[in-house]
Amino acid sequence: MSFTQMFADPMISEIIIKAILVGFMVSLCSSLLGVSLVLKRFSMIGDGLSHFGFFAVAIATTTKAFDIILNGKQISFALEFEMAVVVLVAIIILRINNSKTKGDAAIAIFSTAGIALGSIIYNVTGNNTMDVCTSLFGSTSIFTISNTDLVFTMIISLLVLAMFVVFYSRIFAVTFDPEFSKATGTSANFYNTLIAILTAVTIVIGMKMMGAIMISGLIIFPALSAMRVCKSFKGVVLTSAVFSVICFLIGFFIACRFSFQTGPTVVTIDVGAFLIFLLISKLKARKKVESI
Amino acid sequence: MPLIEVKDLALAYEGHVVAKNINFTVNEGDYLCIIGENGSGKTTLMKAILGLLKIYSGEINFGEGLTQTEIGYMPQRTDIQKDFPATCYEVVLSGTLGSKKFKPFYSKEDKKRVEENMAILGIEDLKKRSFQDLSGGQQQRVLLARALCATEKIILLDEPVTGLDPIVTAEMYGIIKRLNEEHGIAVIMISHDIAGAIDSASHILHLHHEPLFFGTKDEYLLNQAAKDFLGGENK
Repeated sequence: MSFTQMFADPMISEIIIKAILVGFMVSLCSSLLGVSLVLKRFSMIGDGLSHFGFFAVAIATTTKAFDIILNGKQISFALEFEMAVVVLVAIIILRINNSKTKGDAAIAIFSTAGIALGSIIYNVTGNNTMDVCTSLFGSTSIFTISNTDLVFTMIISLLVLAMFVVFYSRIFAVTFDPEFSKATGTSANFYNTLIAILTAVTIVIGMKMMGAIMISGLIIFPALSAMRVCKSFKGVVLTSAVFSVICFLIGFFIACRFSFQTGPTVVTIDVGAFLIFLLISKLKARKKVESI
Repeated sequence: MPLIEVKDLALAYEGHVVAKNINFTVNEGDYLCIIGENGSGKTTLMKAILGLLKIYSGEINFGEGLTQTEIGYMPQRTDIQKDFPATCYEVVLSGTLGSKKFKPFYSKEDKKRVEENMAILGIEDLKKRSFQDLSGGQQQRVLLARALCATEKIILLDEPVTGLDPIVTAEMYGIIKRLNEEHGIAVIMISHDIAGAIDSASHILHLHHEPLFFGTKDEYLLNQAAKDFLGGENK
Protein backbone atom coordinates (compact mmCIF):
# COMPACT_ATOMS: atom_id res chain seq x y z
CA MET A 1 0.00 0.00 0.00
CA SER A 2 1.39 3.41 -0.88
CA PHE A 3 1.37 6.35 1.51
CA THR A 4 -1.22 8.24 -0.51
CA GLN A 5 -3.50 5.22 -0.31
CA MET A 6 -2.87 4.91 3.41
CA PHE A 7 -3.68 8.51 4.07
CA ALA A 8 -6.72 8.35 1.79
CA ASP A 9 -8.31 5.91 4.20
CA PRO A 10 -9.45 8.03 7.19
CA MET A 11 -9.27 5.05 9.57
CA ILE A 12 -5.68 4.21 8.69
CA SER A 13 -4.52 7.80 8.50
CA GLU A 14 -5.80 8.43 12.02
CA ILE A 15 -3.83 5.44 13.29
CA ILE A 16 -0.70 6.62 11.49
CA ILE A 17 -0.97 10.15 12.81
CA LYS A 18 -1.37 8.85 16.36
CA ALA A 19 1.63 6.58 15.91
CA ILE A 20 3.76 9.42 14.54
CA LEU A 21 2.77 11.63 17.47
CA VAL A 22 3.79 9.01 20.03
CA GLY A 23 6.96 8.04 18.18
CA PHE A 24 7.99 11.67 17.70
CA MET A 25 7.63 12.52 21.39
CA VAL A 26 9.31 9.32 22.58
CA SER A 27 12.26 9.83 20.19
CA LEU A 28 12.62 13.42 21.32
CA CYS A 29 12.48 12.71 25.07
CA SER A 30 14.74 9.68 24.96
CA SER A 31 17.39 11.48 22.89
CA LEU A 32 17.56 14.38 25.38
CA LEU A 33 17.80 12.14 28.44
CA GLY A 34 20.27 9.93 26.58
CA VAL A 35 22.88 12.70 26.46
CA SER A 36 23.19 12.81 30.22
CA LEU A 37 22.96 9.01 30.62
CA VAL A 38 25.64 8.27 28.04
CA LEU A 39 28.00 10.88 29.50
CA LYS A 40 27.49 9.50 33.00
CA ARG A 41 28.42 6.01 31.71
CA PHE A 42 24.90 4.93 32.57
CA SER A 43 23.56 4.09 29.11
CA MET A 44 22.58 0.55 30.09
CA ILE A 45 19.91 1.78 32.50
CA GLY A 46 17.53 1.94 29.54
CA ASP A 47 17.97 -1.81 29.06
CA GLY A 48 17.40 -2.60 32.72
CA LEU A 49 14.24 -0.52 32.84
CA SER A 50 12.71 -1.65 29.57
CA HIS A 51 13.44 -5.35 30.15
CA PHE A 52 11.73 -5.15 33.50
CA GLY A 53 8.97 -3.24 31.75
CA PHE A 54 8.50 -6.35 29.58
CA PHE A 55 7.60 -8.22 32.76
CA ALA A 56 5.11 -5.52 33.75
CA VAL A 57 3.54 -5.62 30.28
CA ALA A 58 3.29 -9.40 30.52
CA ILE A 59 1.38 -9.13 33.80
CA ALA A 60 -0.92 -6.43 32.48
CA THR A 61 -1.73 -8.08 29.13
CA THR A 62 -2.22 -11.64 30.39
CA THR A 63 -4.16 -10.98 33.60
CA LYS A 64 -6.08 -7.96 32.30
CA ALA A 65 -6.20 -6.95 35.96
CA PHE A 66 -5.89 -3.30 35.04
CA ASP A 67 -8.73 -3.18 32.53
CA ILE A 68 -11.57 -1.81 34.57
CA ILE A 69 -15.16 -1.43 33.45
CA LEU A 70 -16.56 1.87 34.58
CA ASN A 71 -20.14 2.92 33.74
CA GLY A 72 -20.19 0.28 31.02
CA LYS A 73 -17.01 1.65 29.45
CA GLN A 74 -13.76 -0.27 29.53
CA ILE A 75 -10.78 1.75 30.74
CA SER A 76 -7.28 0.34 30.86
CA PHE A 77 -4.80 1.32 33.55
CA ALA A 78 -2.15 -1.02 32.17
CA LEU A 79 0.10 1.86 31.10
CA GLU A 80 -0.15 3.49 34.53
CA PHE A 81 0.68 0.18 36.20
CA GLU A 82 3.70 -0.37 33.97
CA MET A 83 4.89 3.14 34.66
CA ALA A 84 4.67 2.66 38.43
CA VAL A 85 6.67 -0.58 38.23
CA VAL A 86 9.41 0.83 36.00
CA VAL A 87 9.76 4.05 38.01
CA LEU A 88 10.15 1.93 41.14
CA VAL A 89 12.86 -0.13 39.42
CA ALA A 90 14.66 3.09 38.40
CA ILE A 91 14.73 4.23 42.02
CA ILE A 92 15.92 0.83 43.25
CA ILE A 93 18.72 0.73 40.64
CA LEU A 94 19.93 4.16 41.79
CA ARG A 95 19.80 3.07 45.42
CA ILE A 96 21.89 -0.02 44.70
CA ASN A 97 24.23 2.13 42.63
CA ASN A 98 24.88 4.31 45.67
CA SER A 99 25.67 1.30 47.84
CA LYS A 100 28.54 -1.10 47.31
CA THR A 101 27.14 -3.06 44.35
CA LYS A 102 27.91 -0.89 41.39
CA GLY A 103 25.33 0.25 38.86
CA ASP A 104 25.98 -2.22 36.09
CA ALA A 105 25.33 -5.21 38.34
CA ALA A 106 22.04 -3.70 39.50
CA ILE A 107 21.02 -3.08 35.90
CA ALA A 108 21.98 -6.63 34.88
CA ILE A 109 19.85 -8.07 37.69
CA PHE A 110 16.69 -6.29 36.57
CA SER A 111 17.46 -6.71 32.89
CA THR A 112 17.66 -10.50 32.92
CA ALA A 113 15.10 -11.04 35.67
CA GLY A 114 12.57 -8.94 33.76
CA ILE A 115 12.88 -10.93 30.55
CA ALA A 116 12.86 -14.27 32.39
CA LEU A 117 9.83 -13.50 34.53
CA GLY A 118 7.96 -11.96 31.60
CA SER A 119 8.58 -15.00 29.39
CA ILE A 120 7.47 -17.38 32.14
CA ILE A 121 4.22 -15.47 32.51
CA TYR A 122 3.52 -15.79 28.79
CA ASN A 123 4.36 -19.53 29.03
CA VAL A 124 2.11 -20.14 32.02
CA THR A 125 -0.84 -18.30 30.54
CA GLY A 126 -0.36 -20.05 27.21
CA ASN A 127 -0.26 -16.86 25.17
CA ASN A 128 1.14 -17.29 21.72
CA THR A 129 4.64 -16.30 20.72
CA MET A 130 3.18 -13.42 18.73
CA ASP A 131 2.48 -11.51 21.96
CA VAL A 132 6.00 -12.15 23.25
CA CYS A 133 7.48 -11.04 19.97
CA THR A 134 5.38 -7.87 19.88
CA SER A 135 6.29 -6.75 23.37
CA LEU A 136 9.98 -7.51 22.80
CA PHE A 137 10.39 -5.93 19.38
CA GLY A 138 7.44 -3.57 19.10
CA SER A 139 4.26 -3.57 17.14
CA THR A 140 4.27 -4.81 13.57
CA SER A 141 4.05 -1.85 11.22
CA ILE A 142 0.75 -0.37 12.40
CA PHE A 143 0.66 0.53 16.04
CA THR A 144 -2.65 1.08 17.80
CA ILE A 145 -3.24 3.17 20.87
CA SER A 146 -6.47 4.10 22.60
CA ASN A 147 -7.42 7.76 22.81
CA THR A 148 -7.06 7.84 26.59
CA ASP A 149 -3.58 6.29 26.35
CA LEU A 150 -2.68 8.80 23.63
CA VAL A 151 -3.69 11.74 25.81
CA PHE A 152 -1.83 10.25 28.77
CA THR A 153 1.27 9.66 26.62
CA MET A 154 1.22 13.23 25.30
CA ILE A 155 0.84 14.74 28.77
CA ILE A 156 3.68 12.63 30.16
CA SER A 157 6.03 13.36 27.27
CA LEU A 158 5.34 17.09 27.41
CA LEU A 159 6.07 16.97 31.13
CA VAL A 160 9.38 15.21 30.47
CA LEU A 161 10.28 17.86 27.90
CA ALA A 162 9.32 20.70 30.23
CA MET A 163 11.34 19.20 33.10
CA PHE A 164 14.36 18.81 30.84
CA VAL A 165 14.19 22.44 29.70
CA VAL A 166 13.63 23.83 33.20
CA PHE A 167 16.43 21.76 34.74
CA TYR A 168 18.74 21.85 31.70
CA SER A 169 21.53 23.84 33.37
CA ARG A 170 21.41 21.71 36.52
CA ILE A 171 21.40 18.50 34.50
CA PHE A 172 24.53 19.75 32.73
CA ALA A 173 26.19 20.65 36.02
CA VAL A 174 25.55 17.34 37.79
CA THR A 175 26.56 15.37 34.69
CA PHE A 176 29.81 17.27 34.22
CA ASP A 177 30.85 17.33 37.86
CA PRO A 178 28.60 15.84 40.57
CA GLU A 179 31.10 16.59 43.36
CA PHE A 180 31.32 20.29 42.53
CA SER A 181 27.53 20.47 42.23
CA LYS A 182 27.02 18.88 45.63
CA ALA A 183 29.59 21.14 47.25
CA THR A 184 27.96 24.29 45.84
CA GLY A 185 24.43 23.33 46.81
CA THR A 186 22.96 21.53 43.78
CA SER A 187 21.86 18.09 44.90
CA ALA A 188 23.36 15.63 42.42
CA ASN A 189 21.32 12.79 43.93
CA PHE A 190 18.07 14.65 43.34
CA TYR A 191 18.83 15.32 39.69
CA ASN A 192 20.16 11.81 39.10
CA THR A 193 16.90 10.44 40.48
CA LEU A 194 14.94 12.90 38.36
CA ILE A 195 16.75 11.79 35.19
CA ALA A 196 16.18 8.13 36.05
CA ILE A 197 12.46 8.69 36.66
CA LEU A 198 12.04 10.69 33.45
CA THR A 199 13.87 7.92 31.60
CA ALA A 200 11.59 5.31 33.17
CA VAL A 201 8.38 7.05 32.10
CA THR A 202 9.74 7.72 28.60
CA ILE A 203 10.61 4.06 28.20
CA VAL A 204 7.15 2.96 29.28
CA ILE A 205 5.34 5.22 26.85
CA GLY A 206 7.60 4.16 24.00
CA MET A 207 7.83 0.47 24.80
CA LYS A 208 4.65 -0.69 23.09
CA MET A 209 5.65 0.88 19.81
CA MET A 210 9.39 0.24 19.83
CA GLY A 211 9.54 -2.93 21.89
CA ALA A 212 11.23 -3.68 25.20
CA ILE A 213 14.51 -4.78 23.66
CA MET A 214 14.73 -1.96 21.13
CA ILE A 215 13.78 1.11 23.14
CA SER A 216 17.19 1.69 24.72
CA GLY A 217 18.61 2.14 21.23
CA LEU A 218 16.67 5.41 21.12
CA ILE A 219 18.48 6.52 24.24
CA ILE A 220 22.06 5.80 23.24
CA PHE A 221 22.43 6.23 19.46
CA PRO A 222 21.34 9.89 19.13
CA ALA A 223 23.62 11.01 21.98
CA LEU A 224 26.61 8.93 20.81
CA SER A 225 26.24 10.23 17.26
CA ALA A 226 25.89 13.87 18.32
CA MET A 227 29.01 13.53 20.50
CA ARG A 228 31.00 12.57 17.39
CA VAL A 229 30.42 15.94 15.74
CA CYS A 230 29.62 18.49 18.47
CA LYS A 231 31.92 19.93 21.07
CA SER A 232 29.43 21.87 23.20
CA PHE A 233 26.81 20.39 25.49
CA LYS A 234 24.08 22.49 23.93
CA GLY A 235 25.17 21.40 20.47
CA VAL A 236 25.10 17.74 21.49
CA VAL A 237 21.62 18.08 23.04
CA LEU A 238 20.13 19.83 19.98
CA THR A 239 21.85 17.55 17.44
CA SER A 240 20.80 14.49 19.40
CA ALA A 241 17.15 15.61 19.37
CA VAL A 242 17.10 16.36 15.63
CA PHE A 243 18.98 13.12 14.85
CA SER A 244 16.53 11.05 16.86
CA VAL A 245 13.38 12.55 15.37
CA ILE A 246 14.62 12.30 11.77
CA CYS A 247 15.75 8.69 12.24
CA PHE A 248 12.37 7.86 13.74
CA LEU A 249 10.44 9.40 10.85
CA ILE A 250 12.56 7.62 8.21
CA GLY A 251 12.38 4.32 10.11
CA PHE A 252 8.67 4.62 10.69
CA PHE A 253 7.81 5.19 7.03
CA ILE A 254 10.05 2.34 5.90
CA ALA A 255 8.41 0.08 8.48
CA CYS A 256 4.95 1.07 7.20
CA ARG A 257 5.91 0.69 3.56
CA PHE A 258 7.44 -2.78 3.90
CA SER A 259 5.42 -3.98 6.91
CA PHE A 260 8.52 -4.26 9.09
CA GLN A 261 8.43 -4.04 12.85
CA THR A 262 8.79 -0.41 13.91
CA GLY A 263 11.39 -0.79 16.70
CA PRO A 264 14.04 -2.73 14.81
CA THR A 265 13.58 -0.58 11.70
CA VAL A 266 14.02 2.68 13.58
CA VAL A 267 17.03 1.34 15.49
CA THR A 268 18.59 0.10 12.23
CA ILE A 269 18.28 3.62 10.80
CA ASP A 270 19.85 4.94 14.02
CA VAL A 271 22.78 2.54 13.64
CA GLY A 272 23.27 3.57 10.00
CA ALA A 273 23.19 7.26 10.85
CA PHE A 274 25.59 6.68 13.76
CA LEU A 275 28.08 5.05 11.38
CA ILE A 276 27.82 8.06 9.06
CA PHE A 277 28.51 10.42 11.98
CA LEU A 278 31.44 8.24 13.04
CA LEU A 279 32.88 8.44 9.55
CA ILE A 280 32.45 12.23 9.47
CA SER A 281 34.30 12.62 12.77
CA LYS A 282 37.15 10.36 11.58
CA LEU A 283 37.50 12.34 8.36
CA LYS A 284 37.47 15.60 10.32
CA ALA A 285 40.19 14.29 12.67
CA ARG A 286 42.31 13.24 9.70
CA LYS A 287 41.91 16.66 8.06
CA LYS A 288 43.02 18.27 11.30
CA VAL A 289 46.16 16.11 11.41
CA GLU A 290 46.93 16.89 7.77
CA SER A 291 46.55 20.63 8.33
CA ILE A 292 49.10 20.43 11.17
CA MET B 1 34.83 35.88 63.64
CA PRO B 2 36.77 33.64 61.26
CA LEU B 3 35.36 32.44 57.94
CA ILE B 4 35.82 28.84 58.95
CA GLU B 5 36.43 27.50 62.44
CA VAL B 6 37.17 23.81 62.95
CA LYS B 7 36.87 22.53 66.52
CA ASP B 8 37.97 19.11 67.84
CA LEU B 9 37.02 17.55 64.55
CA ALA B 10 37.22 13.80 64.03
CA LEU B 11 36.45 12.18 60.71
CA ALA B 12 35.65 8.62 59.79
CA TYR B 13 35.56 6.80 56.52
CA GLU B 14 33.39 3.68 56.37
CA GLY B 15 33.41 3.45 60.16
CA HIS B 16 37.18 3.92 60.64
CA VAL B 17 38.45 7.13 62.18
CA VAL B 18 41.00 8.51 59.72
CA ALA B 19 41.70 11.91 61.28
CA LYS B 20 41.10 13.40 64.72
CA ASN B 21 41.88 16.31 67.07
CA ILE B 22 41.73 18.75 64.21
CA ASN B 23 41.56 22.41 65.26
CA PHE B 24 42.19 25.37 63.00
CA THR B 25 40.68 28.61 61.72
CA VAL B 26 40.65 30.39 58.39
CA ASN B 27 40.23 34.17 58.47
CA GLU B 28 39.44 36.56 55.66
CA GLY B 29 42.42 36.93 53.35
CA ASP B 30 44.23 33.85 54.71
CA TYR B 31 46.06 31.43 52.48
CA LEU B 32 46.02 28.07 54.22
CA CYS B 33 47.92 25.16 52.83
CA ILE B 34 46.91 21.71 54.07
CA ILE B 35 49.81 19.37 53.49
CA GLY B 36 50.49 15.74 54.22
CA GLU B 37 51.26 12.48 52.53
CA ASN B 38 48.72 10.41 50.62
CA GLY B 39 46.28 8.79 53.00
CA SER B 40 46.94 11.34 55.75
CA GLY B 41 43.29 12.46 55.85
CA LYS B 42 43.63 15.63 53.73
CA THR B 43 40.95 14.69 51.24
CA THR B 44 38.61 13.50 53.98
CA LEU B 45 39.03 16.82 55.78
CA MET B 46 38.35 18.69 52.56
CA LYS B 47 35.15 16.72 51.95
CA ALA B 48 33.99 17.48 55.47
CA ILE B 49 34.59 21.21 55.00
CA LEU B 50 32.52 21.09 51.80
CA GLY B 51 29.73 19.12 53.44
CA LEU B 52 30.27 16.08 51.23
CA LEU B 53 31.03 13.89 54.23
CA LYS B 54 29.33 13.59 57.59
CA ILE B 55 31.30 14.75 60.59
CA TYR B 56 32.15 11.96 63.06
CA SER B 57 32.53 14.32 66.01
CA GLY B 58 33.43 17.94 66.66
CA GLU B 59 32.22 20.86 64.60
CA ILE B 60 32.88 23.07 61.60
CA ASN B 61 31.46 26.60 61.91
CA PHE B 62 31.12 29.22 59.23
CA GLY B 63 31.26 32.94 59.97
CA GLU B 64 31.26 36.38 58.31
CA GLY B 65 28.13 35.51 56.35
CA LEU B 66 29.76 32.51 54.68
CA THR B 67 27.66 29.38 54.23
CA GLN B 68 28.98 25.94 53.40
CA THR B 69 27.76 25.98 49.79
CA GLU B 70 29.47 29.34 49.10
CA ILE B 71 32.95 27.84 49.10
CA GLY B 72 34.41 27.97 45.60
CA TYR B 73 35.53 24.38 45.18
CA MET B 74 38.07 23.38 42.57
CA PRO B 75 38.13 19.58 42.42
CA GLN B 76 40.60 17.43 40.58
CA ARG B 77 39.73 16.67 36.99
CA THR B 78 37.75 13.45 36.51
CA ASP B 79 37.83 10.75 33.86
CA ILE B 80 34.34 11.65 32.66
CA GLN B 81 35.54 15.15 31.76
CA LYS B 82 38.21 13.82 29.38
CA ASP B 83 35.71 13.31 26.56
CA PHE B 84 32.88 15.48 27.83
CA PRO B 85 31.36 17.75 25.19
CA ALA B 86 31.21 21.19 26.81
CA THR B 87 32.55 24.61 25.97
CA CYS B 88 34.59 26.45 28.59
CA TYR B 89 31.80 29.00 28.81
CA GLU B 90 29.28 26.29 29.67
CA VAL B 91 31.59 24.92 32.36
CA VAL B 92 32.32 28.28 33.99
CA LEU B 93 28.65 29.33 33.80
CA SER B 94 27.62 26.25 35.78
CA GLY B 95 29.60 27.70 38.71
CA THR B 96 26.90 30.33 39.26
CA LEU B 97 24.13 27.74 39.80
CA GLY B 98 24.58 27.42 43.55
CA SER B 99 23.65 31.06 44.13
CA LYS B 100 20.49 30.84 42.01
CA LYS B 101 18.31 28.86 44.42
CA PHE B 102 15.36 27.71 42.29
CA LYS B 103 15.65 29.99 39.27
CA PRO B 104 15.92 27.76 36.20
CA PHE B 105 17.75 30.00 33.74
CA TYR B 106 20.95 32.06 33.87
CA SER B 107 20.55 35.82 34.33
CA LYS B 108 22.50 38.71 32.82
CA GLU B 109 24.37 39.12 36.12
CA ASP B 110 25.43 35.45 36.02
CA LYS B 111 26.83 35.90 32.53
CA LYS B 112 28.59 39.13 33.53
CA ARG B 113 30.19 37.31 36.45
CA VAL B 114 31.44 34.62 34.11
CA GLU B 115 32.99 37.22 31.78
CA GLU B 116 34.71 38.94 34.71
CA ASN B 117 36.14 35.76 36.17
CA MET B 118 37.33 34.48 32.81
CA ALA B 119 39.08 37.84 32.32
CA ILE B 120 40.76 37.59 35.74
CA LEU B 121 42.20 34.20 34.77
CA GLY B 122 43.09 35.31 31.24
CA ILE B 123 40.93 32.73 29.48
CA GLU B 124 38.43 34.99 27.64
CA ASP B 125 39.69 33.69 24.30
CA LEU B 126 38.95 30.09 25.33
CA LYS B 127 35.24 30.83 25.78
CA LYS B 128 33.98 28.88 22.79
CA ARG B 129 36.69 26.22 22.88
CA SER B 130 35.82 22.70 23.91
CA PHE B 131 36.95 21.79 27.42
CA GLN B 132 38.30 18.40 26.35
CA ASP B 133 40.60 19.96 23.73
CA LEU B 134 42.46 22.19 26.20
CA SER B 135 45.82 21.59 27.83
CA GLY B 136 45.94 20.58 31.49
CA GLY B 137 46.88 24.08 32.62
CA GLN B 138 44.07 25.67 30.61
CA GLN B 139 41.57 23.17 32.00
CA GLN B 140 42.67 24.02 35.54
CA ARG B 141 42.13 27.72 34.85
CA VAL B 142 38.62 26.99 33.58
CA LEU B 143 37.83 24.98 36.71
CA LEU B 144 39.28 27.78 38.85
CA ALA B 145 37.09 30.32 37.02
CA ARG B 146 34.08 28.12 37.75
CA ALA B 147 35.08 27.99 41.42
CA LEU B 148 35.29 31.79 41.51
CA CYS B 149 31.74 32.00 40.13
CA ALA B 150 30.52 30.01 43.12
CA THR B 151 32.03 32.25 45.80
CA GLU B 152 32.68 35.78 46.98
CA LYS B 153 35.09 35.01 49.78
CA ILE B 154 36.95 31.71 49.73
CA ILE B 155 38.20 29.04 47.34
CA LEU B 156 39.18 25.48 48.18
CA LEU B 157 41.64 23.86 45.80
CA ASP B 158 42.24 20.13 45.68
CA GLU B 159 45.76 19.38 44.40
CA PRO B 160 45.60 22.17 41.80
CA VAL B 161 48.93 21.37 40.14
CA THR B 162 48.57 17.61 39.69
CA GLY B 163 49.71 16.57 36.25
CA LEU B 164 51.04 20.00 35.26
CA ASP B 165 54.57 20.61 34.04
CA PRO B 166 56.90 22.83 36.12
CA ILE B 167 56.31 26.02 34.12
CA VAL B 168 52.52 25.68 34.17
CA THR B 169 52.71 24.72 37.85
CA ALA B 170 54.52 27.98 38.62
CA GLU B 171 51.91 29.90 36.63
CA MET B 172 49.12 28.20 38.56
CA TYR B 173 50.67 29.12 41.91
CA GLY B 174 51.10 32.67 40.60
CA ILE B 175 47.42 32.92 39.70
CA ILE B 176 46.33 31.61 43.11
CA LYS B 177 48.63 34.06 44.86
CA ARG B 178 47.22 36.93 42.80
CA LEU B 179 43.62 35.94 43.63
CA ASN B 180 44.58 35.95 47.30
CA GLU B 181 46.57 39.19 47.34
CA GLU B 182 44.79 41.36 44.78
CA HIS B 183 41.23 40.10 45.03
CA GLY B 184 41.24 39.36 48.76
CA ILE B 185 39.96 35.83 48.33
CA ALA B 186 40.88 33.43 51.12
CA VAL B 187 42.49 30.23 49.88
CA ILE B 188 42.54 26.70 51.25
CA MET B 189 44.80 24.47 49.22
CA ILE B 190 45.28 20.74 49.63
CA SER B 191 48.63 19.59 48.35
CA HIS B 192 51.32 16.99 48.59
CA ASP B 193 53.69 19.21 46.61
CA ILE B 194 54.96 20.61 49.91
CA ALA B 195 57.97 22.60 48.77
CA GLY B 196 56.07 24.40 46.00
CA ALA B 197 52.73 24.77 47.75
CA ILE B 198 53.84 26.45 50.96
CA ASP B 199 55.77 29.15 49.13
CA SER B 200 52.95 31.70 48.99
CA ALA B 201 50.87 30.33 51.89
CA SER B 202 50.26 32.39 55.02
CA HIS B 203 49.29 29.41 57.19
CA ILE B 204 50.13 25.73 57.19
CA LEU B 205 48.21 22.73 58.48
CA HIS B 206 50.40 19.64 58.40
CA LEU B 207 48.20 16.60 58.73
CA HIS B 208 49.05 13.02 59.48
CA HIS B 209 45.80 11.59 60.86
CA GLU B 210 46.28 14.24 63.51
CA PRO B 211 47.62 17.72 62.97
CA LEU B 212 51.43 17.68 63.31
CA PHE B 213 51.40 21.44 63.03
CA PHE B 214 49.06 24.39 62.61
CA GLY B 215 50.30 27.98 62.47
CA THR B 216 51.88 30.56 60.23
CA LYS B 217 54.29 29.55 57.52
CA ASP B 218 57.23 31.25 59.24
CA GLU B 219 56.64 29.27 62.40
CA TYR B 220 56.33 26.15 60.35
CA LEU B 221 59.64 26.61 58.63
CA LEU B 222 61.30 26.75 62.03
CA ASN B 223 59.46 23.69 63.17
CA GLN B 224 61.37 20.48 63.43
CA ALA B 225 58.69 18.38 61.80
CA ALA B 226 58.91 20.56 58.76
CA LYS B 227 62.67 20.40 58.61
CA ASP B 228 62.52 16.62 58.69
CA PHE B 229 59.92 16.51 56.01
CA LEU B 230 61.59 19.01 53.70
CA GLY B 231 64.94 17.38 54.30
CA GLY B 232 63.44 14.01 53.49
CA GLU B 233 62.09 15.38 50.23
CA ASN B 234 65.47 16.64 49.11
CA LYS B 235 67.45 13.50 49.77
